[in-house]
Amino acid sequence: MKNIDAHNHVRGESVYLDDLPLQQGTLFACVFDAPHAHGKIKDIHLETALNMAGVAKIILAKDLCGENQIGGIIPDEPLLADGHVHFQGMPVALVLAESEETARAAVKTITVEIEPMEVITDPRVAFEKGELIIPPKRFCLGDVASAFKTCAYVFEGQANVNGQEHLYLETQGAYALPTEGGGLKIYASTQGPTAVQRAVSKVTGLPMHRIEVEIGRLGGGFGGKEDQANTWAALCAVGAQLTKRPVKYSLHRMEDMRMTGKRHPYSADYKIGLDQEFKIKAYEVVFYQNAGAAADLSPAVLERTLFHCTNSYFVPNVDATAYSCRTNLPPNTAFRGFGGPQGMFVIESAIVHAAEKLGVSPATIQQKNLLQPGDEFPYGQLAESEAVAAWKQADRQFNFEHLRRETADFNAENAYLKRGLALMPICFGISFTKTLMNQARALVHVYTDGSVAVSTGAVEMGQGVNTKMLQVAARTFSIPAEWVNVHTTNTLRIANTSPSAASATADLNGKATLLACEAILSRLKKVASEELFPQDDPAQHLEAIRVENGLVLYNNRPTALDWKALINAAFVKRISLSEHAHYATPGVHFDWTTAKGHPFAYHVYGIAAVGVTVDCLRGTYAVDFVKTVHDFGKSMNDAVDLGQIEGGIVQGLGWMTLEEVVYDASGRLRSNALSTYKIPDIYAVPKEIAVEPLQTDRPNLAIFNSKAVGEPPLMYGIGAYFAIREAVRAFCPEACPDFDAPFTPEKVMLSLHQLQAEYAD
Amino acid sequence: MPPGFISPYGVRGLNSSTMTYFLLNNEPIHTDLPSGMTVLDFVRYHKMMTGTKCGCREGDCGACTVLIGELDSKGGITYRSMTSCLTPLANVQGRHVVTVEGINPPGKGALSPVQKALVDESGTQCGFCTVGFVVSLTGFCLKPAPSTQEQAIAAIDGNICRCTGYKSIERATLRLVDLLKERQEETPVDFAIRQGIVPANFAAVPAQLKAWQQPAADAEKKATGLMIGGGTDLYVQRHDTMVHAPARHLFNQPRLRGIYDTGDFIEISGAATVSDLLESPHLQAIFPDLHKHLKLVSSTPIRNMATIAGNLVNASPIGDLTVWLLALDARIVLANGQKRELPLRDFYLGYKSLNKTADEVLELIRFRKPEGEYQFNFEKVSKRTHLDIATVNSAALLRMQNGLITEAHVSTGGVAPIPLYLKKTSAFLIGKPFSGKPDLNDPVFAEAADILQSEISPISDVRGSATYKRLLAKQLFLAHFTHQR
Repeated sequence: MKNIDAHNHVRGESVYLDDLPLQQGTLFACVFDAPHAHGKIKDIHLETALNMAGVAKIILAKDLCGENQIGGIIPDEPLLADGHVHFQGMPVALVLAESEETARAAVKTITVEIEPMEVITDPRVAFEKGELIIPPKRFCLGDVASAFKTCAYVFEGQANVNGQEHLYLETQGAYALPTEGGGLKIYASTQGPTAVQRAVSKVTGLPMHRIEVEIGRLGGGFGGKEDQANTWAALCAVGAQLTKRPVKYSLHRMEDMRMTGKRHPYSADYKIGLDQEFKIKAYEVVFYQNAGAAADLSPAVLERTLFHCTNSYFVPNVDATAYSCRTNLPPNTAFRGFGGPQGMFVIESAIVHAAEKLGVSPATIQQKNLLQPGDEFPYGQLAESEAVAAWKQADRQFNFEHLRRETADFNAENAYLKRGLALMPICFGISFTKTLMNQARALVHVYTDGSVAVSTGAVEMGQGVNTKMLQVAARTFSIPAEWVNVHTTNTLRIANTSPSAASATADLNGKATLLACEAILSRLKKVASEELFPQDDPAQHLEAIRVENGLVLYNNRPTALDWKALINAAFVKRISLSEHAHYATPGVHFDWTTAKGHPFAYHVYGIAAVGVTVDCLRGTYAVDFVKTVHDFGKSMNDAVDLGQIEGGIVQGLGWMTLEEVVYDASGRLRSNALSTYKIPDIYAVPKEIAVEPLQTDRPNLAIFNSKAVGEPPLMYGIGAYFAIREAVRAFCPEACPDFDAPFTPEKVMLSLHQLQAEYAD
Repeated sequence: MPPGFISPYGVRGLNSSTMTYFLLNNEPIHTDLPSGMTVLDFVRYHKMMTGTKCGCREGDCGACTVLIGELDSKGGITYRSMTSCLTPLANVQGRHVVTVEGINPPGKGALSPVQKALVDESGTQCGFCTVGFVVSLTGFCLKPAPSTQEQAIAAIDGNICRCTGYKSIERATLRLVDLLKERQEETPVDFAIRQGIVPANFAAVPAQLKAWQQPAADAEKKATGLMIGGGTDLYVQRHDTMVHAPARHLFNQPRLRGIYDTGDFIEISGAATVSDLLESPHLQAIFPDLHKHLKLVSSTPIRNMATIAGNLVNASPIGDLTVWLLALDARIVLANGQKRELPLRDFYLGYKSLNKTADEVLELIRFRKPEGEYQFNFEKVSKRTHLDIATVNSAALLRMQNGLITEAHVSTGGVAPIPLYLKKTSAFLIGKPFSGKPDLNDPVFAEAADILQSEISPISDVRGSATYKRLLAKQLFLAHFTHQR
C-alpha cells in the first residue's frame, strides 16, 4: 500500500503549519536572540522597537504568567533569557507585531548589553571544568582490567564525530489561539504533542486540560522536533495568553539553524584488546558528549550511546563511561539514531585502528566478533542475534570477496582514482530506553455508515506511520482501506502521548490501534451472532463468525450480514462502536542502579557493504554503492519501509561526508544556512542502493512482526567514512588520518597530502 | 488593497509606482504590490495558494520552484524553472507563472503523469519538498530537447529532499522519460496537454502573453536605484529589505539579452543567464566541455535566473563565471549614456570593490574566440559537487603552436579578496613546451604551480582552511592539464 498522503502531497494540498488559514487579528512573532554565547545581561534596549507602528507587544522573561522553564528531563532551560545568556541564539525577547515584516524589522532594532563570560564549545574543556549536565553514566561487563592483561594486542586512540543539522524541509513553528475561558489551542509542528502541552502548561500556568495541541503533519522531523518544538509553541502560547490574540511564528531557515540544537558531537577515548585470533576481549571507552547549554534530551541520548557502544559485536569485558558536558552551544537534541550512531562510530574506529596496525582487513575482525544468539549485551539483555545470519546472507548475495577484488583491480589500474570498500554491520535496540515511555493509546470510532476513524498519538512526519495505522485498522476489521480515515494527532483525543521517536511509533500506536479494533470487533461478533441466530447463546457461534473483506462470514460462508448492516445492528442494539485502547510494551525494564535490565523489545540487525571512489587529484569522492541485507522482520509495508531505508542511508552518508556543522570559538554557528551547510542532493547519493530483506521467521514484538525501520538504516552510512579512509590509504599508504567524522573533501585532501589544517588568516 | 492597509506578511500597498501584470496559472494578475516582492510571498500570502512551499529563502532547496513561461522568437513559449523565493514580481512581468495549482488536473484528486509517477514510486514522504519536484519535472516535460534520464535528473538538481534519499525519485523520472519517448512531431506543450501533464489552458497562453507585450525600456529609464538582474544573490543577502528597495530591474530588458558570434568575438549581453550560455550554439561550438563545466555552477533554477553581469558585479571572490571569463581574457562594456570598455581583470579593485560607478550598467561581455590549437578547462571543488559555492575554482586557456604555449590565461577564485587573474603564472607559461597530455610531475607545471602559490592569499573560512585552499589551488591548476585517472 502506498503512503496515504502521497496523493495530496503531489497536488500541493497537504496542509503544514504555515499553510493554515489565519484567524483575524493574528499577531506575528519573532524572537530577538542572544548575540553572545555566554554572559550576563546588563541592559536591553527595546525603545525603538516598541515605538514602531505595528508592534503590539514585546515579551521578556519577567512577563510570563507561569514558570520560565521548558527543560524536559531536567529543569535547566529558561524559555527566555533571565539575567544570563548561555548560547548564541538563545531567545531573549519575543516581539509581537501586526505583520511578519514589522516583527522582523522591530527585532533588528533591539540591542542588548552583555558582560561576556567564558565561552566553552569543546566538551573536553567543559569536562575539565566540571561542567556536567548529569553525573556520569557507566556500563560494565566482565573485568576489563584483567582482560587487557591477557590480550595479545591492545590499541588506544581517540575518535571524534561531529553533529548534524536536522534540516527538516519545514522549519519549526507554532500557532496559538486563545480559546473561551482563558484556554489555548496550539497548532504545532512537533513530534511530541504532550511535551508541547506540558511546556505550554508550565510557562502559562494553565493546567494541561486547558491546553489543546493539534498536529496535522510535519514537513520532516528526524528528532529535531521531539523536544525543540516546545520553545516555539511555548512562545506563541505566552504571546496569545498575554495579548488575548492569536500568535503565529514560522521560523526563517537561518533562525531555525541558529537557535535550535543538532545531533550531539562526541569526542571519545577508546582502548581495544584482542587475542591472537582477533577476538575482541576487552573494550574500554570514555565518551565526552557535547550537550550544549542545557540538558534537553542529552541524558537520554547519552544512555543510548552506551547501549550501542559495542554495536553488533559481543565483547565479554566492557567498561564504558559517558559524560554529558555542558557547553555554550544551542542545546543539542534528538536526531535519528539518538546517540547510538556516535557509539557505533567509535567502536568501528577502534576496529579499523586495530586492523590497520595488524595488517588485516577490518572485516576479519568484524566477522569474528559478531553477536551470536544468547550473547549478553553490556547492559544485561541477551541477544536474539541476527548478526551472523545477516552477514552470511549478504556475503552470499553480494560476494564480499568479489567486491574486494574489484576494488583492488580498479586501484591497480588507476593512478588518481582510488576505491575503498567497507562493511558496516548494525544492531539497534527498539523501545524507549526510559521504560515508562513505552506506552501508547488509540481511539477508534466506527460511525453508523460503517466508516472508521482512527486517532493515535503518532505524528506523521513522512515516515508513513498514518499509513501503517490505517493498515492495522483495515486489516483487523478486514474492510477496504478507503473506509478508514486516520485523523490528526490531538491531545484532546489522545492524552499523555510519548513523542513519535525511537523508531517505536508504529509499534506502540499500532498495537494500541490493534487492541481497540479487536475490542470493537469482539463486540461486533456477538452482535452478528445475535442477528444470525437470535435463539441461541451467542457464545456458541463466536468462533465461526468472521468479518472478511467487508462481509460477515459464518463458517467461511457469506451470511445476510455485511459490515454496514452489522454496524447498524450494533448501533440499534446500543452497543458501543468506539474504543479507546492502551498498549504497554511487555517485558521491558531497566535499572540504572545496576545498569542492567531488558530495555529493548527487540533489536534490528543488518549489514551494508559501502563502496566509494576518491578522486585523489581533487580530493573529492562519490559513493558508488550501498548494498544491504536488512532485518525487517516481516515488513507490513514494503514501499514505506524501503523509503525509510534509502532515506536513512543517505542521511547517514551525509553525516559522515559533507554535512559539517561549524561553530567558531565564540560559539557562533558558521554553517548557518543552506548555502554553507550542505546535505546530499540528487547527485551526491550512491549510484546504487540495494536493499535485500533478511530471511528470518523469528517472531518479535513488532506490530504484525514488521520491525521498526526509522533509525537503524542511518547507521549503514557510517561505512562510507571507513570506505573513504581505505581509498585514501590506497593512494597514500602512509596516511593515517585522525578518526574524525565527517570526512569532508577538505579532510580527504589534507589526508592525501598528510597535512594538518592551519587556520591562519 | 486599500491604501495604508498592512497585510499580514508585510508590504504596504499602493506606494509603488508601477503595476505588475502577468498570468498566474489561468488568472491574469494586475497588481500594484511592490515589484520587489517575491513571487513566493505573492502566491502564498496574497493569493493564498499554499502549494508552493518556503524552505530556505535563498534558492538552495527548491521547495518554492515555479515555472516561468516566456514567449520565444518562434511565437511559442519556453518554460523555465525558477525559485520563487528569489524572483521579484518585476522579473515575471508579462510572463506565465505556473504553480502546482496550475498543474493539477481538473477533477478532484486527479493526478498528472508527473504526479502519478512520484506516487507510484513512493517518491514522496513528508511531502514538503514534493511540490518543487512536481513543478521541476513538469518543466522537464515541457522542454523541447530529447528526453534522457540525465536531463530529467538535471531538471531536479535544484530540489533538495531530506526524506527519500532520492532513489525513488530517480525511479519516477524513468517513467517520465519513457512517456516522453512517445512524443513525435508535436510541440512539447501540445504533447503535454494531450498527456495531461499540463491542463488545456496552456494552449492559449502565448496569445494571452502576446497581448501584453510592450516595450519595457521606458520603465527602465525612469527607474533608479539598485540594479537587479536575476536577484539570486541580492535576494539572499538582503531579503528583508529588497521588497521596498528602490530598484532598477534589468532582467526583462530585451536589449540586455542574447549571445552573439561576431566573427572574431563572442558577445554576451549582461542579462543573459547561465542557462542561455549553456544553450548557446556559439559557445557549444567553441567549448566541447561547456555542459560539464556549467553543470558545476549552481542548479538548474538558479542558472535560469542568474545573469552573467550579476555574477560579475557581485564581485564574489569565488564567482564561477567570473573565473571562467577571466581565463578567456574577457572585456566588459559599461554604460551610463556613455560607454567604456575595460578588461574584466581590471574590474576588481579589492574585496567587493569595482571599477564602476553606481549608474553604470554592465551591458556586454566580450571575448576573442580561441582559434587554432587550444585547450580550455574549468575546475571547481566545493563541499558538495553540485549546487554549492566553490571552495576554490579555476579556469585556464592555453593556445599552442608547434608544441609551444603561445598564449596562456589562468584564473582562480576563493584564494584572494577578488576573483584572481594569475598574471605571473600565465606569463610564465608562454613559450613553454606543451605535450598535450603532460604528466602531473612535469617540471614546467610544477614550477608554474609554485609561482601560482606566490600569487594567492587564501583565508580560512566556513568553506575551508587556508592550508586546504592553497593545496586545492595547486591541484586544480594541475588538473587543467592532465587527463590521467
